Order: sequence, then C-alpha cells, then structure tokens
Amino acid sequence: MIRLSTWFYNLTILVVVIAASVAVSTVVLRDDDGGGIGVNLGLDLQGGSYLLLEVDMDSVVQERMDNLGETIRISMRNSRIGISNLSVNSDRLSFQLRDELQFIEARDILNGLIAPEMRVTISENTLSVAFDESGLSQLTTMTVGQAIEIVRARVDETGTKEPVIQRQGNNRILLQLPGVDDPEQVKSLLGKTAKLGFQLVDISASAESVKASGRVPPGSELLPSRDNPDEHYLLNKRVMVSGEMLEDARPSFDGQTNEAVVSFTLNSTGAERFGRVTGQNIGRPFAIVLDNEVISAPVIRSQIFANGQISGGFSVDETNELSLLLRSGALPAPLLVVEERSVGPGLGSDSVRAGQVASIVGLAGVALFMISSYGMIGCLAVIAVFINMLLLYGQLSILGATLTLPGIAGIVLTIGMAVDANIIIFERIKEELRAGRKLATAFKTGFNQATGTIIDANLTTLAAALFLYFLGSGPVKGFSVTISVGVISSMFSTIIVMRVLLAIWINTIKPESILISKQDIGAN
Amino acid sequence: MALLRLLPANLNIPFMRGRLYSSVFSALLVAGSIIFWLIVGLNTGIDFRGGFVIEVKTLEGAANVEELREELGDLNLGDISLQEFGSEREVLIRVQSQDEGMATDLSDANKQAIQLVQEQIADRYEIRRTEFVGAVVGDELRRNAFYAVIAALGSIMIYIWFRFEWPFAISAILALAHDIITTIGLFSLTGIEFNLATVAALLTIAGYSINDTVVIFDRIRDNLKKYKSWDNDTIINTSLSQTISRTLMTSITTLIALLAIYFFGGAVLGGFALAMIWGVLIGTYSSIYVASTILSRFDLRPSDDDDMLPTHERNDPKS
Repeated sequence: MIRLSTWFYNLTILVVVIAASVAVSTVVLRDDDGGGIGVNLGLDLQGGSYLLLEVDMDSVVQERMDNLGETIRISMRNSRIGISNLSVNSDRLSFQLRDELQFIEARDILNGLIAPEMRVTISENTLSVAFDESGLSQLTTMTVGQAIEIVRARVDETGTKEPVIQRQGNNRILLQLPGVDDPEQVKSLLGKTAKLGFQLVDISASAESVKASGRVPPGSELLPSRDNPDEHYLLNKRVMVSGEMLEDARPSFDGQTNEAVVSFTLNSTGAERFGRVTGQNIGRPFAIVLDNEVISAPVIRSQIFANGQISGGFSVDETNELSLLLRSGALPAPLLVVEERSVGPGLGSDSVRAGQVASIVGLAGVALFMISSYGMIGCLAVIAVFINMLLLYGQLSILGATLTLPGIAGIVLTIGMAVDANIIIFERIKEELRAGRKLATAFKTGFNQATGTIIDANLTTLAAALFLYFLGSGPVKGFSVTISVGVISSMFSTIIVMRVLLAIWINTIKPESILISKQDIGAN
Repeated sequence: MALLRLLPANLNIPFMRGRLYSSVFSALLVAGSIIFWLIVGLNTGIDFRGGFVIEVKTLEGAANVEELREELGDLNLGDISLQEFGSEREVLIRVQSQDEGMATDLSDANKQAIQLVQEQIADRYEIRRTEFVGAVVGDELRRNAFYAVIAALGSIMIYIWFRFEWPFAISAILALAHDIITTIGLFSLTGIEFNLATVAALLTIAGYSINDTVVIFDRIRDNLKKYKSWDNDTIINTSLSQTISRTLMTSITTLIALLAIYFFGGAVLGGFALAMIWGVLIGTYSSIYVASTILSRFDLRPSDDDDMLPTHERNDPKS
C-alpha cells in the first residue's frame, strides 16, 4: 500500500481538472473566425503577411535640416548678415560668416531659430547645427509613434481583420496581417508618404529656362510632373495649404467631364487660408503637389473655400487610393520594407495538416514504444503524456500564445523528451526492486532519487529555450514557447501526476511486483 | 505480457575499453567539422544573408525544375537557385538580393525581381510563400543568433559549474562543444540550409546533450560515494551500464518524435528535424564516450574527499 497525503492527491487532481477544463473550453468557446481566448494560429499556419517596416529617419532629419537652412538664409538676409557655403551634409547643417565681427549677432539669431533638441557647434567662423543624441531619439520616438497611427489608419481602411501593428526596437514597425497572403496592396499604400500641399506657381521665370541654367531663384523650387518626369514646374517653396488641413477626401467624378477626381473638404483653418490665397491670386496657376510631384496646376478661376477637387487624369482605382491616403494623413517619414514573409492559405492549411499528422504519428509511436517496453506501467506513462498535453495546451491558452509550425515541432519533441522523466523514474524503481527492496520502498526511493536528476536535466533545456525566445522571428519564438511550457508541464506531469497515477494503480491492483519479472528480484 | 527488452538486466559493459577508438573517432570528427566549416563554410539561408525566397507549387503535374531554371536564368536576376521542396510538385526558388551588397529594403529592384519571377511562372504555378530579408536585418538576425547561442551555452556552463565539481564540469562542456561543432560540420558537409530554425535546433541539441550527460554524471557521483575502493574505470563502466537502458530508451522516444516531424511535418521543418536527429545520435554517443572518457582522465578522489563535494552534500548520512 502506498500512502500519499490527501492534500497531495486533491491538489494534483485539481490542477489537472483546471488545465483540462481550460483546454476544452478554449476549443469549445472559440469563435468561428478564430477570435476569443485561446491559442492563436501563427501566420505560417493560417496564411498571412509579416512586414517589418523601417522608418526612414535619415530623410526626416535631412528634411528638417533643409527647412532650417531655408529659414536661416531668410533670417540672416533680413538681419543683413552675410553668409556663405550654407550646406546640409546628411544630419549636419553648416555655414560660414562673411564678416567675423558679426559672429555674436549671428549666433544669437541661430540660437533663436533652432529646435530645442538641436545643438550649435562653432569653429573659427563656421557655425554648424546638428541634433544632439537625446534630441534625435526623442524625434525618432515621436516620428515612429505618428507613423504607427497613420499605418493603423491605412491598414484599417483595407479591411484587414485583426492586424497587429507594433513598435519594434528603435525605429521599426512590425505589421502582421492575418489572411493577407499578397500584401501588394498594403505595401503600395504604405509606400507613399502622401504629403499633399498646394503651392503657387512661380511665374517670374519659366521652368524650362531655370532647368537649363540650373539656377533656381531663392524661395522657389523645381518639381517634376507626376505624369511626365521630364516636365517640370517652378513653384514657390511656401506651402499655402497642406494635407493636415484636410477634413475629408472622397473619390468622385467631375460633373462636367465625368473624369475620376478626388473631392476634398478642408477644416476651418484650411478653408480660411484657401479662400484668402485663391481670392488674391485669381488667374494664377495653383499647383497640387503630392510627395514632391506635381499632380496638376490648374489656373485659379474664382475664390474657393472649403470644398475643392483634385484632378489629374486619374483612374477610378487611383482616386480610391489617393483619397484613402489623404484621409489617413501623411506619413511623417517614408517607410522601408526591410523584411517580408508571406504565406498563402494553401501552404498554411497544408502545414496545419502536416503538424497534425506529425503530432499523431509521434504520439502514437512513443505510446506504442512505451507500452511495449513497460506494459501496464507504460500505459500509465502514456496517460501522463496525455495529461501533459492537456496541461501544455491549457498553459498556452492562458498565455494567449501563438502556435506556429516550429511550435508544433516543439510539442512533438516535448512528447518524445517528456517520457524521459518517466523512464528515469521507472529505471530507478526497477533497480531498487532488483536490489530486493519492497514495492512501497522502491516506489518512494525511486521517485525521490529521480526527482533531482529530472529537475537538473530539464533546467538546462529550459535555459536553452529561453534564450531562443530572444532570438526573435515569430516562428522560432513559437518553438521556444512550446518547448519551455512543455518542459515545465512535463516535470509536473511526471514528478507529481505520475506519482499519483502509479500510487492509485498499485493500491487498486495490488500487484506483487511491477516493471520486472519475479526471477529478476534479488538477482543483483 | 511479453515486454520489449532492449538490454538484459544487470549488465556490466566495459565501455571504457573502447575509449581509444572513440577518442580517435571524435577527434577526427571534430577536426573534419572545423576544416569543412572553415573551407566550405555554411550554406546560410536568406535569414542571415538577405535576399528572397519564393515557394511555388505546380497547378498540376510534376514541376520541371530544369525548364524553370532556364526560364528564370533568362531574367538576368543573378544568382538563382532552385530546389525541389517536399514533393515533386513544389519548388523553392532562392534569389540573391538585387542591389549590389546592400539591399536593406524592398527597393524597386527587388520588387521588380519578385514580380518578374511571379509573372514568368504565374500560368503554371501557385505562389505559396514569399520571403524577403533585407541585408541589414539579415546581419542583425545573424548577430542575434550568435548572441543567443553564446548566452545559452554560457548559462548552461555556469549551471554545470555550480552543480558539479570541476572535472565533471569540464568534461560535460567539452562533450557539449563536440556535439555543437559536429552538428555545424554536418551542415557544412551536406550544404543543407543553415537558418534560424537550424539555430533553434542547435540550442535544443545543447539542452538535450547536457541533459543526457547530467543523468550519467549524477550516477557516477553517487557511485563514487557508494563504492569508495573502486577505480575510475570501474565506477564509470558501472554507472554507464546502470544508465544505458534509460539513455537508449530516451533517445529512441525522442527519435520517434523527430522522425515523425521529419517525415510528416512538411518540408519547412525538414532541416530542423534532420539537425535534431543528428544531435540526438551524437549527443547520446558523446555522453557515453566523450564526456565519460574525459572524466576518466581526472583524479576523481583527491586526498580529502569532502572538499570535492558541494557544501550541502557534505553531511549526507548515506555517504
């Protein structure tokens, strides 16, 4: 007769029942579309796209520096300070003073112009400006935060179910799109910053002559046409009305020409500005600029306030996309796709099937081997393996873990490795019995001696698996999770559950001996 | 019921007699692995190198890899490799990144290359999977993999160091290094793709191999206490004989699980399963031979026995 304390029985049974009910309820309560609690299928199993986007901070810094350069040029000119060699070299702006005596004055003006996170450095008569490190990281944090909002707005517009959008590392955004196996549409939406601006055309010189001479008048810029990159427009740099002032943008058709256009509505600030500019500049061409390309430059015929339309020989699809982009707002920086993994639904369901078959074959093979090696006790080990699977599934559900194909491999591997603990215990008990000990004594010593070994052996596997988790990439993370959880639950299911099972079995059946035949007893 | 019996009870195998052969064998294996690794290198996948992979499946019938190779070769996309993947209908197309050296993002050149490939074969093949890894991300993944392996091995070593006396620790760690190096050697020799999943396999092998060694060493330590007059070889042979049944049983059940993954788990897991199968075989061998052989060379009973034991075991009444 093997005695285990009542609380030990009860606690074990309680844990198993809880795990089993969690496991069963997550299967039963699951929504049809895979929502609700429980284990989620990874993108490699349900099909979908994983995109890693990098926010191009270099271009943000460059743009900020370019704008600062323009302001410096104007302010210095207004204060009659001669400067030369004003240049922006990636993240650093520098210029020289013509007259060193104006040094203090120039420095004070410069300090008034720069953003708080920038720093001025001075050597001889050269002044330069750059972001300091903490300033740059602040700018990055802010820019990535804004970009995430815009990405979310744009992805939501495509109707993707349950997208995952999160910051990764310093300047990256992780985007997971379940069910989207061809992310071209999303990529094309995210590939455009969609910075819209209305700028007056500079009519003091023709674009052709400026292009030929290469001399752009100060305060103006030469931008290519969207339809024909060889055709250019000379525009005033000042953006009169910008995309942030848009309240709404919708695809529609021009009432007269029936051409596909985008109709927009401006907010009150925008409407007021738009009214003022159009009122003062009737007869002058007004360019609509998107991402540094001129869409069109219609001549202002009358004063316009809140409502207008953008036309430029668009197709219906293009007006749909453009209005979506304008509604969601401009990205603060271009996004670069630095990693992409897309799995089609065919491969996903094949992988699920492969995972199921591998699990069943693995489980059946291990069960068969255990039963043929240990007989009835082997059956108990198989029951312990099943309980282990329930515990494993219950834990994964509670954690809301994502199951990937390598994750399934981790589970199958857990089946193979988890019986190891049973084997250690059985072999120990066998030895004790062969040495002539009584069943109850052999049972106790076997479990006690094996426990230390089992914990030792599993801790090392756990250590390896935990480090794997930090290695990154979704599928491999899934492997690390199932192996770690599997190791923990298999320790429980052997050291605790197996002890209870074996005790119950011995107490009920009352066998003369277990695991070894009678003639082996005392042979040692 | 007649039970399957791998080994008779109460055996005592003189394992250490084979130690000369096993030492030569292991030395050659490790040296060969390192030489292959240095000369041939590893066939790193896009995870670590950047580039893209497209997995396609024919709409019907078997894939004609040769024809596909010629067609895609005509697109002038540089280094393209094709490989039957899982079944005769599936093909894995690997293309190097399009911008010289630094393809950090899915730039126009890369996009066009993917599109070209897709268009070329769209009438006969279904696209099952597309993966693109930029060069910078590839570098990061490689670095992270390296750190993960170092950190995992380091923590295993620290654990072993605390848990065992130093002769045991050194033997276990050398056996572990033996397993890791020969697994890398296997990948170098066979040219099987070395990717993130392979690193996962390497770390799992490390855990498994140490696990096996720990069980044997635990027994050796017990027997050292029990049989004070026995010499090293007798102690080790007895301990190995006592644990061999468990060692084999565990290897077999793990191999059953791995073979199930290898044959039924789909081609994506093929490389991982193969690495693990090798790891289990070599790990079992190295626990018996490499770890124990090295251990047998140490003086396991210095004059004052108790100095060798961790403090909590000094007053153990059993000893």
